[in-house]
Amino acid sequence: MTTVTLLGPQRLAPCLDTVLAARAIEGPLALITAGWEELEQEDGELTEHLGVETVNLRLFGRTEEVFALDDELYQALFARRERLRGLQRVYRMRLRHALEAARDLFSREGDAELLVPERADALAAVTALDEHHLARVQAVHAEFEEQWKPAERPEMARHSQEVAAALGACAGVAIAGGHVVVLLNRLRLFNLATPLQGLTLLAWSAGAMALTEKVIAFHDSPPQGPGNPEVLEAGLGIVPGIVALPSARRRLKLHDPVRVALLARRFAPSACIALDESDHVGLRLDAPGTLLAGGGARRLQPTGEVERMVAS
Amino acid sequence: MTPFHLAIHDLLAAVRGAAPDDRGGVIDTFLADHSAPINEGRNVTFLWRGEADRVQLLHWIFGLESSQPFTRIEGCDLWYAVVELRRNSRVEYKLLIERDVNGELQRELHHDPFNDNRAHDPFGSNSVVHTEGYEVPEWSQHDDETRPGVIEDRSIVSAAFGEVRPVRVYLPARYRETQRYPLLVVHDGSDYVRFSALATVLDNLIERLEIPPMVVALSDPGDRLTEYADDPRHATHIVEELVPALAALYPLQDRPGARGLMGASFGAVASLSTAWRHPGFFGRLLLQSGSFAFTDIGDHDRGAVFDPVVAFVNAFRSEPGKPANHAFLSCGVYERLIYENRSIVPLLQGTGMDVRFEEARDGHNWENWRDRLRIGLSWLFPGPLWMVYE
Repeated sequence: MTTVTLLGPQRLAPCLDTVLAARAIEGPLALITAGWEELEQEDGELTEHLGVETVNLRLFGRTEEVFALDDELYQALFARRERLRGLQRVYRMRLRHALEAARDLFSREGDAELLVPERADALAAVTALDEHHLARVQAVHAEFEEQWKPAERPEMARHSQEVAAALGACAGVAIAGGHVVVLLNRLRLFNLATPLQGLTLLAWSAGAMALTEKVIAFHDSPPQGPGNPEVLEAGLGIVPGIVALPSARRRLKLHDPVRVALLARRFAPSACIALDESDHVGLRLDAPGTLLAGGGARRLQPTGEVERMVAS
Repeated sequence: MTPFHLAIHDLLAAVRGAAPDDRGGVIDTFLADHSAPINEGRNVTFLWRGEADRVQLLHWIFGLESSQPFTRIEGCDLWYAVVELRRNSRVEYKLLIERDVNGELQRELHHDPFNDNRAHDPFGSNSVVHTEGYEVPEWSQHDDETRPGVIEDRSIVSAAFGEVRPVRVYLPARYRETQRYPLLVVHDGSDYVRFSALATVLDNLIERLEIPPMVVALSDPGDRLTEYADDPRHATHIVEELVPALAALYPLQDRPGARGLMGASFGAVASLSTAWRHPGFFGRLLLQSGSFAFTDIGDHDRGAVFDPVVAFVNAFRSEPGKPANHAFLSCGVYERLIYENRSIVPLLQGTGMDVRFEEARDGHNWENWRDRLRIGLSWLFPGPLWMVYE
């Protein structure tokens, strides 16, 4: 039985050790800490907490080494990043208006016969925009893969073989949080979506987001801007049907029923799951939708409420 | 005129209806039932109790009389003054108690005895009143979940001033020699830490990813009013001595966009003047309640200490150049300087700079400057909030 456990942030109340013990894996644990960027290899505390032998796959460091030798690939990735930023800018511009209309309608009280169809249509406009944006992002990635075939480039291929060998000797993988786009890019460059599916996975914060189908960037009260949740990237899709929302208690206004309802409805039928300290959600990959244990995690409901999850 | 029925009106009626011997008890009851100042809509009622000949409310709200007289309730020792203030206002004040003693006027400044809320500055402290809507920002207060930075003491040899200058340097939590950091130079750095909670604010904003981890030089002046008033030695010291010395000590990003300069009042003048004298060296300016006094014709009326400031601002207005790429300005609408700050914004924008200006219903004080730090710093130095999920 292959399981994935999505967890909340681990700094203040780490629970990886107890979750790992419950999974009873045999063999060393691979670490992916590429989201920590330059601090990737500062995994001493993490390994001590886990209490098992670990092997850091060093995805960030390896790509830095590749970039030093393969400037063409680096430049191509840089150009892709700029293109994706441009797409994000125009999407954000459109999203602001579409979401403002939806939020206004959901906040309004009055004649249900008048409002309900308008709310549904406004929400459909937001969802259509999200899907349009995601399709364009995926097209950029597909085009990049087609043009540059990074896995076939000699430096990448050499490192990919080393990563595959290291992964082959491990019984599970722990994927840390951090910069979600940096992490996703490294996971993609090393083509890890398929090999990860056969292993026990523990992923927290950005790590959890990267395993889902859609990566949603979110913060309800940022110091600048309106705080509209955005579709940021396509995730690896290993965990379908879930939108991971780490550090939700800090980032989301969970007591605002309009915001909660809009988020839950916008990404339905996927479940929007708040992952805070000590929270964890175990899922079976061979039986999608089967919740093994809802260790504290909460689900945002279309009604605007936030409810504790229970095992199915 | 107060448009609403206020609690003080009930008290006045109750006192009028009470027998003279009972009036003290009526007031005791009123004070037990109300905390003062009394906030009611747009009206704030200040109270003082005691024997005096006159009581005045001293505040620093530009646009109102700087002292407002209290009224004594007839036959009682309770005094009151009602001031109209708008929502989200924050006002610092003191009470001036005047007594005629044997033909001599005795004047004493007091904090409001009914109000424990105080704001501190280099000259002491004031009582503070907030109106509805204002809250001390949560991000300016200690957070148990935030990892604190450290502050180191350093010394910089200054040829410009002919002496060794101390500087305190804030290093963010998780500081690593192997990373490169933006640099923010703060005028009156120690006062910002003491009175605007700058270290706590930096800790929280960095922890919450609202600004990137940065090295912050907390610079303090020698003779402040001279050095900060467009003194060329000061600009030389900052650009040619302080920043290179810090770059030798710490791993700093070596580009204008990663260098910021900040200050309040005369410190804002020093920031703008330094950037003007060395255009492009600092990419980002945070200017709070800048003392940007100028004249269109004739003399100014602010005293000799402003002479070099006015000369600088007049020269700057004639030939602003382009001191930096980005500037965030803030000013309180209750400050006399609001006019000068409002008028410098289009001038800066005209240079091609990206400029943002924020006003607040507050005065010329350190807590006003504290309250604008989040919006200013996160605009000038946006953090990876939307990308990083730890």
